Amino acid sequence: MSAINIEHLTVSYQKNQENLPVLSDVSLAVPAGTVCAIIGPSGCGKSTLLKVAAGLIKDYEGQVTVGGRPLDTRSMTIGFMPQSYGLLPWRTVAENIRLGRKVKGLWQETDEEKLKELASRLGLEGLLERFPHELSGGQQQRVSLARVFLLQPDILLMDEPFSALDAITREEMQDVFRELWQQESITTILVTHYVEEALYLGGQIAVMGVDGKISELLDNPAGDTPLHRSDERFFQLGRQLRQKLKPQQCGRGGEGL
Amino acid sequence: MNFRRTRGVLLAYFLGAIFLIILWQAIALIMHKPIVPVPEKVFVRLLSVFAGDIAIHAIYSLWRIGAGLFLAVLIGYPLGCLMGYFQKADKYLAPLVYLTYPIPKIALLPILMLLAGVGELSKIIMIFLIIVFQVIVAVRDAIKAIPEETYYPMYSLGARFRQILPEVIFPASLPKFITAVRVAMATAISVLFFTETFGTQYGMGYYIMDAWLRVNYLDMYAGILVLSLIGLCLFGIIDMVEARACRWQK
Repeated sequence: MSAINIEHLTVSYQKNQENLPVLSDVSLAVPAGTVCAIIGPSGCGKSTLLKVAAGLIKDYEGQVTVGGRPLDTRSMTIGFMPQSYGLLPWRTVAENIRLGRKVKGLWQETDEEKLKELASRLGLEGLLERFPHELSGGQQQRVSLARVFLLQPDILLMDEPFSALDAITREEMQDVFRELWQQESITTILVTHYVEEALYLGGQIAVMGVDGKISELLDNPAGDTPLHRSDERFFQLGRQLRQKLKPQQCGRGGEGL
Repeated sequence: MNFRRTRGVLLAYFLGAIFLIILWQAIALIMHKPIVPVPEKVFVRLLSVFAGDIAIHAIYSLWRIGAGLFLAVLIGYPLGCLMGYFQKADKYLAPLVYLTYPIPKIALLPILMLLAGVGELSKIIMIFLIIVFQVIVAVRDAIKAIPEETYYPMYSLGARFRQILPEVIFPASLPKFITAVRVAMATAISVLFFTETFGTQYGMGYYIMDAWLRVNYLDMYAGILVLSLIGLCLFGIIDMVEARACRWQK
């Protein structure tokens, strides 16, 4: 469990010899053992922020520290769940789940037991020898979750993990995630464009605008004691958050970097 | 289910073979010349000369193809990986590959025979040259086509190149590599035939041409049949390897 600290982060990319800023002077502190949901319109740079924290973008200004130390993918264990689930198509489900610990050199025979347990909790028991293309989107998502939770990373980064799923499966997966997360309490940054998802999973909610800045950082009252989605207060909070998002919506499209 | 599918495929091939033999029979009967004997006579001859005569030639041909292929993979695969993954390597090596790729390798045979002798080495180098370029280009392109996102989980885990190689680069390039070998194999067999008409008394090329010079058409046809079967077996082996190694594909 380590806190994530992002200070004065600026990322820009070159296009036709022009410097286009994607993120400008973003600062964000995620306390250890909490979930921070970043919400904002497409192209606001929220995925870019996550890629910096995952060590995928190295060309940036500012500081990113995890547990007080500068970000380093080798010495730290970072669990990253990309939008596309990040499964290797040529590896079976079981091999994909093991991948995280194997690459980190943490794999032990006793982990096989944990893998089995995670798989059964996620409803993957019968699918361990299958290949990802034989699975539905929701099942692939579960495999991806099993991988990061078996890895037991220092921090967990999720890029719109549930956005490709249908509404019912999405809510189901959010519940699965919550349940697993509450056992481990891994410091998590979750990027999303769903208001309900941010409210349901985030202890903190960072609202990002198209200018590549965090316009507001809210403590989510629904974060600690999860409200049911049909609860009146949950509905109210959703409406308030939508109001805050509105001024951010207009502007450029596309996903940025 | 798998067994059923295999049986279906075998049946289809069997029917195809029957069709071709009937076609051959028809042509032989219509032309009615010694240069096109009926299949039955060729099969009988094949059975009588295979063990004593043709087998040794077939083994020589297989050895040359095997050795050439082995060398081509040994050198072509790592080169392709290097060029596909490291942009710098591609920048300097791509011009070399593209400048030499279109040269018809068979035209180099006279030079090769002067340098490496008319024996085994020149024949194996010839086959190597034909397969190696296909392998390099296919593996390089396959690796370049891997979406950046595929590497993300590995990168964020701080994986080293020696870990990315077996987890991503090898498996991702395998299907295109196998296809390249399959395509190159057909050319390699033709070229093998040609090289075996020089400086050797062994190999299917030698056997067929020798039978032709002796005006022994039945022997010649038996030789052609065996060379075709060698090609078919090699294709079959490549398909089996592909089915095993690329199980993950749709």
